[in-house]
Amino acid sequence: MPDWLSPDEWRAVALSLRVSLWATGLSLPLGILVALALARRQFWGKQVVNGLVHLPLILPPVVTGYLLLLTFGRHGLVGQYLDKVGVVLAFQWTGAVLAAAVMAFPLMVRAIRLSVEAVDARLEQAASTLGASPLWVFATVTLPLILPGIIVGAVLAFAKAMGEFGATITFVANIPGQTQTLPSAIYAFLQVPGGDPQAFRLVLVSIFVAMAALIVSEWASKAVARRISGA
Amino acid sequence: MTMRVSLQHVFAGFALDVAFEVPAGVTALFGPSGAGKSSVIKAVAGLMRPDRGLIRAGDQVLLDTDTGINRPPHRRRIGCVFQDDRLFPHLTVRQNLVYGRWFSPDKGGVSFDQVVAMLGIAALLARRPQTLSGGERQRVAIGRALLSNPQILAMDEPLAALDDARKAEILPYLEHLRDQTQIPILYVSHSVSEITRLAGTVVVLGKGRVLKAGPVAEVFSDPNLSPWLGGVREAGSVITATVAAQDDDGLTRLHTSAGPLWLPRVDATIGAALRVRIAAQDVMLAVQRPEGISALNILPATVVALRMGDGPGAMVQLRLGEDLLLARITRRSAVQLGLAVGSPVFAVLKSVAVAPGDIGAPPITP
Repeated sequence: MPDWLSPDEWRAVALSLRVSLWATGLSLPLGILVALALARRQFWGKQVVNGLVHLPLILPPVVTGYLLLLTFGRHGLVGQYLDKVGVVLAFQWTGAVLAAAVMAFPLMVRAIRLSVEAVDARLEQAASTLGASPLWVFATVTLPLILPGIIVGAVLAFAKAMGEFGATITFVANIPGQTQTLPSAIYAFLQVPGGDPQAFRLVLVSIFVAMAALIVSEWASKAVARRISGA
Repeated sequence: MTMRVSLQHVFAGFALDVAFEVPAGVTALFGPSGAGKSSVIKAVAGLMRPDRGLIRAGDQVLLDTDTGINRPPHRRRIGCVFQDDRLFPHLTVRQNLVYGRWFSPDKGGVSFDQVVAMLGIAALLARRPQTLSGGERQRVAIGRALLSNPQILAMDEPLAALDDARKAEILPYLEHLRDQTQIPILYVSHSVSEITRLAGTVVVLGKGRVLKAGPVAEVFSDPNLSPWLGGVREAGSVITATVAAQDDDGLTRLHTSAGPLWLPRVDATIGAALRVRIAAQDVMLAVQRPEGISALNILPATVVALRMGDGPGAMVQLRLGEDLLLARITRRSAVQLGLAVGSPVFAVLKSVAVAPGDIGAPPITP
């Protein structure tokens, strides 16, 4: 634990990292599936799915947070059933994971969708004539070719999750040590007189994490793209 | 093994309705662009579902729309070589080559080393497709299809995207492929000279229908088909010959069933069998044996068929020993010479008229 951050500040940073990693990791498989469906498939209600995925990008975050509360709160549409099996999301760090995942999902899907659309479907046809079943075609041709897009999508989602504030504070509030993420902590420090220095330290951490994420994503996607193109 | 194909499909603007067989050896699917050749390949490979169709490979049914059988591409074992090579950019040449082998149910057939040697790609194995030339890429694509142990090889204009030098580089490899493997090859092309060199059987498509199917020598010398075979300028016939002697003055003497034929030096050993494509417009006809003429090749022949064109031209099909020859002359000459079916004539051919690319090894008859 670095001593230039107080235990409370450090807890906020650690919680944010944990929430963002879980949010990214859990939503990635679904993000890949949705991106594939939107890029490749024609199905009934495609525009509705597309709209739902993108809604968190356009809605005020507080609205998204409130909708999450209505749906996943202890008496919500889905939450009441989750409650019966012992899963509570509202006002828990797991809820922060859900809020971050929902808010970051459109960015992730967009990045992956672009890379799926760039894949030459004729390569996949060639693989199928060589005896590869659809699942093998995906694993051996599609997935390696969209890997740069997946990396970019994951890092964007992670960065978005690190910065998520509005939906999180609405859905899980701002409980130090439990649901107080980095942005919530900055907000809390700014609400009290004399909290500016602490807030500023966390702002520096935010900037550092965001920059590091971008640099890592650039580097990783370039390295993967180089490996694919063999240049 | 023989593949039997019958397909019907209505596209916007034209209807495909074809039926043909692919026996052992190379069967060429020939026709102008838009004739439906690529659609046939797609349907055979399972990449397109026709409105109606029946495709059998040996005793296996790959497609039968009447009973609802439609095997997916990965369960058809049709090795495809496309006009664009479609090599996997994220894999090395070696990984591309063995890709299909991994999925193949029986590991028999040609070995990796055989294919690599036959296609001359040993030096490329560690490289990436992007670093190869067009000709090299296409050779790797052919190897990849072969190594998937296909029942049939389907090649969709594999040379069309290459320049003449690259084509000349690959054609000998395709001849090896034809002679060294037992796999029937369906070869789509709109190039008469490619088909002349490779195919034993040709199926001529025009506007979605089979105009004629049969042995190459017979189909290409049919005067009624010449408008479909790339136009009268492209028309030509195929004769078989063996190398009889290499003369000192740079000429090669070939033995044909109608007599000797001299051509500019052909790099082949004495006794080697050859197939020579002779363009119809390079053949002159005379009713008496001409004398004092520069052309070296004067062969006796008989008129088999005569087709007066709409323009000034006429196509004459001749029997030349055991071969069929096609000559393009003017209608006026045909009338002045009094040509009719059965007329004895002399076919005159300049030696230098035959291009080296039009001479190839004939398929080994099974």
